[in-house]
Amino acid sequence: MQEILEREEDISLQLSTFRKKIEALEGKISLLENSRKDQLSIAIVSGDMDKILAAMVISLAAAAMDTQVKLFFSFWSLSALRARNKKAAGKNFISKMFGIMLPQGKGKLKLSKMNMGGMGSMMIKYLMKKQGVMSLEQMFRQAAELGIEITVCEMSMNLMGFKKEEMIDYPYLRYAGAATFVSDAGESSIQLFI
Amino acid sequence: MTQEELISLQVTKAVDARGTACPGPLLEAKKAIGTIKPGDIMEVLSADEGTKVDIPKWCAKQGHEYLGTIEGSGYFRIFMKKH
Repeated sequence: MQEILEREEDISLQLSTFRKKIEALEGKISLLENSRKDQLSIAIVSGDMDKILAAMVISLAAAAMDTQVKLFFSFWSLSALRARNKKAAGKNFISKMFGIMLPQGKGKLKLSKMNMGGMGSMMIKYLMKKQGVMSLEQMFRQAAELGIEITVCEMSMNLMGFKKEEMIDYPYLRYAGAATFVSDAGESSIQLFI
Repeated sequence: MTQEELISLQVTKAVDARGTACPGPLLEAKKAIGTIKPGDIMEVLSADEGTKVDIPKWCAKQGHEYLGTIEGSGYFRIFMKKH
């Protein structure tokens, strides 16, 4: 009799520890489920036409699937966000040089391979048009329509001597730092680096 | 669905995306599906081989029912039912 009682006590003790463990696990699972949104974050560092193109195609496909898209533009990719006919005053010599050396806008980007002094990118643009692939110009317009957010890395913008006044008009453009990307990417179910 | 069943479907909305390449057809499908009612059938015409594979994935993600594809001459007819 005594033995049975002891065993029962033992089992109920085990049960209660199991219950506690399950509760803790459930808490962790709900934390995991809630922390990852249906969201795509891309850190775009490259300023090559082909890579910006890849980033935009993936972003638009995600947006078509109702996935929230947040793009973080940094370093060379900022060339793609320069407006073609905007100028900023008050630049120093180095900034001016950077401005001249780097492509002014998404229409002027170079291919990462086979650019051949602009021949390659011209041929790709011709083929894209022929085969019904949207141009970068059209892709940015679609992106704006679909509410894709663009964050400009302020540090690299300053480093390269670009100013806010010379960036494109885009409805969901904001300026922030690396922590913004980290926090956006942390809650995204997909994170990419291009 | 068999090819015959697909052909005899009552299509509410047909989207001709033959002029655009990836991801154009997906964007057109997204726009068009908003204009029809749940239970309605939509058809996407695409010349893009990738779209044939992409649309079923798009349907699965968006909760629409992918019904099947008819391969025409030089293009695909992709059918789905809105959720």
